[in-house]
Amino acid sequence: MSDLVLNQVVKEFGAVRILHGIDLAIRDGEFVVFVGPSGCGKSTLLRVIAGLERVSSGEIRLDSRLVNDVSAADRGLAMVFQSYALYPHMSVRQNLAFGLENSRMPKAEIDKRVAEAARMLLIEPLLHRKPRQLSGGQRQRVAIGRAIVRRPGIFLLDEPLSNLDAELRVVMRAELAALHNSLKATMIYVTHDQTEAMTLADRIVVLKDGRIEQVGTPLELYNQPANRFVAGFIGSPRMNFIEGEAAVAGAVSINGRTLPLPGLAAQTGASIVLGVRPHAVTLTAPEDAAIPLEVTLVEQLGAETVLHGRTVKGESFTVTAPGQGRFSIGERVGVTFAPEHVHVFDGEGRVISRS
Amino acid sequence: MNALTTFLLRRRGGQSWHWTDMLAYLWLAIGLVLMFGPVLWLTVSSFKTPATLAEFPPTLLPLDTQVATVPGYDKPLPLYRVTMEDGSQRVLAQVRRVGIMAQMVDPQSPQAIVRVPIDKRVPVREISLATSNYSEPLRQFDFLRYFQNSVFVTVMATLITLVVNSMAAFALSKYEFKGRAAVLGIILATLMVPLSVIVVPLYLVVNQLNLFDTLWGVILPTVATPTGVFLLRQYMLTIPDELIDAARMDKASEWQIYWRIVLPLAAPALAVLAIFSVMWRWNDFLWPLIVLSRKEQYTLQVGLNAFSGELNVQWHYVLSMTVLSILPVALIFLFLQRYITAGIANTGLK
Repeated sequence: MSDLVLNQVVKEFGAVRILHGIDLAIRDGEFVVFVGPSGCGKSTLLRVIAGLERVSSGEIRLDSRLVNDVSAADRGLAMVFQSYALYPHMSVRQNLAFGLENSRMPKAEIDKRVAEAARMLLIEPLLHRKPRQLSGGQRQRVAIGRAIVRRPGIFLLDEPLSNLDAELRVVMRAELAALHNSLKATMIYVTHDQTEAMTLADRIVVLKDGRIEQVGTPLELYNQPANRFVAGFIGSPRMNFIEGEAAVAGAVSINGRTLPLPGLAAQTGASIVLGVRPHAVTLTAPEDAAIPLEVTLVEQLGAETVLHGRTVKGESFTVTAPGQGRFSIGERVGVTFAPEHVHVFDGEGRVISRS
Repeated sequence: MNALTTFLLRRRGGQSWHWTDMLAYLWLAIGLVLMFGPVLWLTVSSFKTPATLAEFPPTLLPLDTQVATVPGYDKPLPLYRVTMEDGSQRVLAQVRRVGIMAQMVDPQSPQAIVRVPIDKRVPVREISLATSNYSEPLRQFDFLRYFQNSVFVTVMATLITLVVNSMAAFALSKYEFKGRAAVLGIILATLMVPLSVIVVPLYLVVNQLNLFDTLWGVILPTVATPTGVFLLRQYMLTIPDELIDAARMDKASEWQIYWRIVLPLAAPALAVLAIFSVMWRWNDFLWPLIVLSRKEQYTLQVGLNAFSGELNVQWHYVLSMTVLSILPVALIFLFLQRYITAGIANTGLK
């Protein structure tokens, strides 16, 4: 169990700067998820924390000890890799024991810990097998087991579920959450999948181009995204963005229609972007709608219906309607939404707060 | 037997012989003769007497002319099958040959000399294995000593080759450092320098190190091979870096990563290099010939050279000892070849 503080962490590969001064504090026992599109530096950040990469500048403090120059082996962390990285020539038992043998632990203690982890992860019957004789899910468990036996200060998980099929991923996700609850360990989890982030995290760190966009609990990010990127990244289906401009105080104009947004403080005439989640809108007749739409695609999911539409200006707009409505492509519908469900962003994508 | 015939007569798909089957078997047969023929001929010939070896045209099998001891003659006389004037066939022993006529006797009644034209007689020959080709040199020629030396050189050189080359390959494949490509380039460039070019400086170095006329003088200059470094490096590039990162997280030292992760995973490539190294070192001739001067230090290949005198070559001994000298390499190859297939099957990481 450890806490971690990153202070202006910068990582450069040659002339390319991957991480631009990351500041982050992770509390003991917290489950933190780094999420972002590919190439955002989330894996690099994890490797920097692990000690597999050296920081170019900045500070990493583990339990308030500066560990910039401490090697990966001596930081006392454990990592689960995307490809699992099980040693193919060793049995499951040897895979689990390898790290403990290297720290010269007495054999009895190694056996005890391996047995304990195997029991926890239900891999006891597999201990004598080689990794190639295991299924994807079993390999995943062994990889997690290899981290557990080390009793690390922090678990680092690098997209651990991305090699599993969709069904198994849901199962393993639940198991990981249960594991975190029972171990009460600090975990840092990297993923590009916002659903994993939302379901697992105590706090989510959204990264983009080597910068932290926002840090917060899943619902904070969902309800109060700090910028357009976070708003678009968190939540599924994606948030809709409609361009407009600020009208007289407390209102915006979209495609010629004026929409009241009480408390909006923006210069009249400034171009803004409205963000509305598909779940926050209701369908109405096109005439009295805030935004009229032409339906381009209908996805029937059973419990709900996802409508993909186009505004008059050609912006795409998604609506999630409950139940199994009858819609046809080309049909004209309208949507309305309550002002409190609207997020307003300025020209640079920053949120404009409303009082 | 049944399994063997089904194996040997396998055809693609259906029951009948497709022309591609025939082509495939023809191709395989040609390959077999080309590869295995010389070895077979060498083995068979190693059982021939010097006389049979010198014969022209050569025979495939080790045939030997039969002789009989005939009363009244000191030496055993060679036997011939003779077609008589009346067309009957008799087996006679030849006393001497005069021009185109041979004087022969019947071993049963040695008094009467029969004169036979030489084109009417054919030697009586039977397969006989001249095992003395093997037993004689094993007794006189210090085969065991040379064999021991060869084994020592081969085993030590191969072990050191594997360790040294795999270390270099590990560094060149898994560490990022300035000049890595240049170092690899220089190592590979040495492939273009043949032994004969560096033999004099190499000799001087070995001499200065007091390794002249020792087996270590044969071993050490040969252990670092560019081929081996390149082969192992290319293989190690396929070992995922995540495994090495995982080992680092598992508190493994760099040495442990090399010894416990990379080396076992490179086993198929190591087996290939081991086979190469064993064959190179076992068959090495020029360098041991230069370094070794005392007979006790000779390796097998240098020792075999003793059978080739300035004026005549004792082919029967050369052949028999060559057979003995290729046996260990063949056995090692058989053994390691199985290991290679198993090894490659093992390396599927995912």
